[in-house]
Amino acid sequence: MRKFNIPHKFELITIIELYAQWIREGKLKVNSDWNKEIGAKFTVQDPCNIARKSGSNKIVDDLRFVVKTVVGEENFIDTVPNRINNFCCGGGGGALQAGFPEQRRAYGKIKYDQIMATGADYVIAPCHNCHGQIEDIGHHYGGNYHVVHLWTILCLAMGCLADTERTYLGPDLAEVGL
Amino acid sequence: MVEAIKIDRLDVELKDEVLDKIPDANFDLCLTCGTCTGGCPATEQFGMDPRKLIRMLNFGMDDEIIKSDWKWVCSMCGRCQLACPMNINIPKLIFNIRNKVPRDKRPRGILGSCDQHIRTGSAMGAAKEDFEFTVLDVAEEIREDHAGFEDLEVTVDRVGAQMVLNQNSREPVTEPEEMGPLWKVLHTVGADWTYPSVMWAGENYCMFLADDEGWKYIIEEFVLHVDNNLKSPLVVNTE
Ligand code: SF4
Ligand code: SF4
Repeated sequence: MRKFNIPHKFELITIIELYAQWIREGKLKVNSDWNKEIGAKFTVQDPCNIARKSGSNKIVDDLRFVVKTVVGEENFIDTVPNRINNFCCGGGGGALQAGFPEQRRAYGKIKYDQIMATGADYVIAPCHNCHGQIEDIGHHYGGNYHVVHLWTILCLAMGCLADTERTYLGPDLAEVGL
Repeated sequence: MVEAIKIDRLDVELKDEVLDKIPDANFDLCLTCGTCTGGCPATEQFGMDPRKLIRMLNFGMDDEIIKSDWKWVCSMCGRCQLACPMNINIPKLIFNIRNKVPRDKRPRGILGSCDQHIRTGSAMGAAKEDFEFTVLDVAEEIREDHAGFEDLEVTVDRVGAQMVLNQNSREPVTEPEEMGPLWKVLHTVGADWTYPSVMWAGENYCMFLADDEGWKYIIEEFVLHVDNNLKSPLVVNTE
């Protein structure tokens, strides 16, 4: 809309900012009790669009606030570098459908190494391109992490994640709260 | 005797053309410091890197630039520009190089997704009727089977809802059950929301394809629908 100067009356916001707002307002009552004993470790992928390209760390800081609230501060391990200076996963810009898988995976090797260095069991990828690419490089390079949507972990923490909604969870979390 | 290259005699058509569109792209200010290249994950693929690209652009090596497939490996992530001391706009340069390739010669996967989106409202080709059918169907299942969500409400095109949500088409098309957790969160906080039937999908392959016209069309249709028909004050990007 900015690029084409298309006038619009509505305001544009991301769901991540809303999750954070709802948690702060107490509307979304979530905590990390479910993960206290299990201690599953999480990291996040900062999608370029909401990190660097949004011009500030606001949304990705909200993302960290939400993730830490639901998995526990001690179970969150950040990548280095991160947020506005994060490495792109290599799936963006159409790369996943551009037809150069060898180059796309070579690009993603940096991301893969970053994730492996965190030692996390789970990567929260709030963007579908990132989700697809991070799963693919995980399989390709032999990583043993799982890639999950943020809403999956939110519902897990809320205790309302149905058995049909657990496709992306590993065996350690597959039964939690059922 | 080696002759010095006379810069004023260089033919730099591509550079001039792109600078016409993005006057503040700063290509002439490149210090050749290599900061961009050091931090770019696409460096070395197809023998290219961002500094080299700017050099080639400034030397007028237009054919080589346009021919290289590197423009589809660079993800236009913007990391180079953030680090560049001269704020050189490499991502937009890439976009404009992609734009130089005849539309039907651009990668088939991206092209197909862009065309589908223009035609049906989503890159995976699910028309609005299919989308509406799927979400209402999944919502019904949740109401029946998931305790605590008997009065879950999911609507398409509900006029006056406080927020309009987009949805990546991967969910309704290939894994509809993944929409449930999102709806449960919205339900729990009492959000007043709806999906739009027009250009409901969150992805935008026409942007990746560097198809200005298609991209603009998709956004215009969406804006018109939300502003004029749904009249919602808030649009929520779900990714
Ligand atoms: S970082 Fe900027 S100035 Fe340095 S080589 Fe790259 S484009 Fe040129
Ligand atoms: S925008 Fe392209 S050139 Fe710049 S850092 Fe990202 S992948 Fe590299």
